[in-house]
Amino acid sequence: MLTLDRLVLTQEGFHLSADWTVPLGQKVGLIGASGAGKSTLLLALAGFVAPTSGRILWDGKDLAQVAPGNRPATILFQDQNLFPHLTIAQNLCLGLSPRLQMTQEMALKIDRALARVGLSGLGLRKPGQLSGGQQGRAALARALLRARPLLLLDEPFAALGPALRAEMLALVAEVAAETQATVMLVSHDPQDIQGFADRTVLVAQGAANAPVETAALFAHPPAALRAYLGEKSPKK
Amino acid sequence: MTAARAIAAGIAALILGSAALLAGQAQTWALLPADLAAVRFTLTQAALSAAASVVLAIPVSRALFRRRFAGRSALIGLMAAPFALPFVVAVLGLLTIFGRSGPVNMALAALGLPPFSIYGLHGVVMANVFFNLPLATRMLLHGWQNIPTERFRLAQSLSMPPSAQFRHLEWPMLRAQTPGILVVIFLVCLTSFAISLTLGGGPKSSTLELAIYQSLRFDYDLGRASLLAIVQFSICAGVTLIASRLTLPDGLGSGLQGFAPMMPAKGWRRSADIVWISLAALYLFAPLCAAMIKGLPGLADLPNGVAAALARSVAVALGSSGLCTGLALCLALAAAQDKNRWIEVAAMLPLAASGLVLGTGLFIALRPVARPEDIALPITLLVNAVLALPFLVRLLLPAARQMNANYGQLAQSLGLSGAARLRYVTVPLLARPIGYGAGLAAALSMGDLGVITLFAGQQGATLPLLVQQLIGAYRMDQAAAVALILVLASFTLFALLDYGARRYADT
Repeated sequence: MLTLDRLVLTQEGFHLSADWTVPLGQKVGLIGASGAGKSTLLLALAGFVAPTSGRILWDGKDLAQVAPGNRPATILFQDQNLFPHLTIAQNLCLGLSPRLQMTQEMALKIDRALARVGLSGLGLRKPGQLSGGQQGRAALARALLRARPLLLLDEPFAALGPALRAEMLALVAEVAAETQATVMLVSHDPQDIQGFADRTVLVAQGAANAPVETAALFAHPPAALRAYLGEKSPKK
Repeated sequence: MTAARAIAAGIAALILGSAALLAGQAQTWALLPADLAAVRFTLTQAALSAAASVVLAIPVSRALFRRRFAGRSALIGLMAAPFALPFVVAVLGLLTIFGRSGPVNMALAALGLPPFSIYGLHGVVMANVFFNLPLATRMLLHGWQNIPTERFRLAQSLSMPPSAQFRHLEWPMLRAQTPGILVVIFLVCLTSFAISLTLGGGPKSSTLELAIYQSLRFDYDLGRASLLAIVQFSICAGVTLIASRLTLPDGLGSGLQGFAPMMPAKGWRRSADIVWISLAALYLFAPLCAAMIKGLPGLADLPNGVAAALARSVAVALGSSGLCTGLALCLALAAAQDKNRWIEVAAMLPLAASGLVLGTGLFIALRPVARPEDIALPITLLVNAVLALPFLVRLLLPAARQMNANYGQLAQSLGLSGAARLRYVTVPLLARPIGYGAGLAAALSMGDLGVITLFAGQQGATLPLLVQQLIGAYRMDQAAAVALILVLASFTLFALLDYGARRYADT
């Protein structure tokens, strides 16, 4: 279980507070205007931004002193998720051995993970030789190998078209189900969130609000969400 | 991180320690009239050289910016070469063209005009311009290319005449860039010892560095040498301080292709551009080609000791390059992470110390323990590595920052650290600047004619020192032959390191 205990993040001219929990295995979307702090919150969970006050806990354990690589989390950034000079197999191997020492057993696991995301036989390619969608799949395969209980997605598929993005999110859902991971997805696209997230966090006006059931949130959007969506409030 | 701090502290100790030692050695603070003349001459030649280089670089870089022709990128690439070219080779080239029996004086004699002497102030300035015109041109070309293309398009769509484009688009860039370029070149010219050694001399055209060299080697007056070295150090440190407050443009790296602005002015402007580019190319390449051609026949009749000198030079260059690259990588990686800038500042400190100043300090410090000629090569290796450090750190730092921005968080989130991170991430991603920097450091060390002149005995000369000795003995043909070998060896080292790293980066 992920707990944000009176968490406050501060950066230049920017302030965000959060105080809520997410149970294991839940898929949570984060939505809000750009600059509201969605990505900063994710970076704090991954260990790249230190809280100004408050704590981030995983199963009751404070993560403040845990290095990013040792956190129970895998993060996928907007881009640059693969090292361009390493092969896909080597990039995946980093999920098993940060020293990149590949054993026979690891090679088998990597092959299986590649097959799982539909990239069989592409292990020896460099990322540049893959399409954007395939690169996303490779990054997901590494997340599968790392099998950390918290999967953080910072709009990793933003550069893909809507159909491909939906396909990738479906794959994320499958991977998360297999590893029983809690997922936090940042997106600026309400359709992505609605299609993927069980619950949704609205990030606005300096606060990341507690997760609300996604369907309910979009059925009765609060003023800040209505302003973000910019539609005549879709009260169905 | 701790290693980088130790290196930075070591460099600061070496440079500031030398200065403190020199200050302690100086027996008097009274400068003789001859010393004051040396200060005046040093400042005058540097100011004239900087001004001439930048004034000439403005039309040349502008022409290169807006014209496209076959060989353009080769010309721009070659303009990076003089920076790493051994000073003696360029001096030899200028002597071949402008010397007593060179084509210029032959033409003057044929016209019944008095001969032109390359020795003295104007010769020193000409040699400095030879080195710094290309540097200034590349720096300004960067400035021109950094003007957003959209602005030129906008200006054209508004039918702005060339004069208005210059006033609104180009002049603001020049005003922002030229002060920094002037200061950098002024600083380079303050420490161009090899030029004043070969083309200056005499009481009227002696630089401070030349005076240091003479009082150390010929008069063996350590107190006076120390005093002069302190004066030289103070001037350079002051100029470095000014330079650090200005935005310094980048002229060393690659990436000068850019898009052609769609504004190739026609008519006389086109002819003027052609003239500027041709003159610049002629001034840069005629001396070089002349020196090389003159050296060819001499290859059959090389003086004794060339092979040994070559071996010494290559060994020193490789050692210096390895040391400098290692230190620079360590410092750049730390500086890229560190918020406070003192590691970066320490890495720039050697700019304030010329080879002669550091050499004088080490000469005095080590005199009680070792004979100068015994430690000439290790000292040369060390001093060259330290002197090249600012350039390499400046090359590596942007690349290291870029790498951290792109992959720092990814590497951290995967728990990559220590040797594994260095081997699988840092070195492959930085291979190109590392190789280029290592090549640059090797070439700079290969061509060095500074600290070696203070230490070397009759035996144990490096290639540049041998060339200088041959020029001094007026054995110009042999000097040209050895200079040719020096250029080839220097270029080969640079190309091998640069090309090797590119190959590695591409696989």
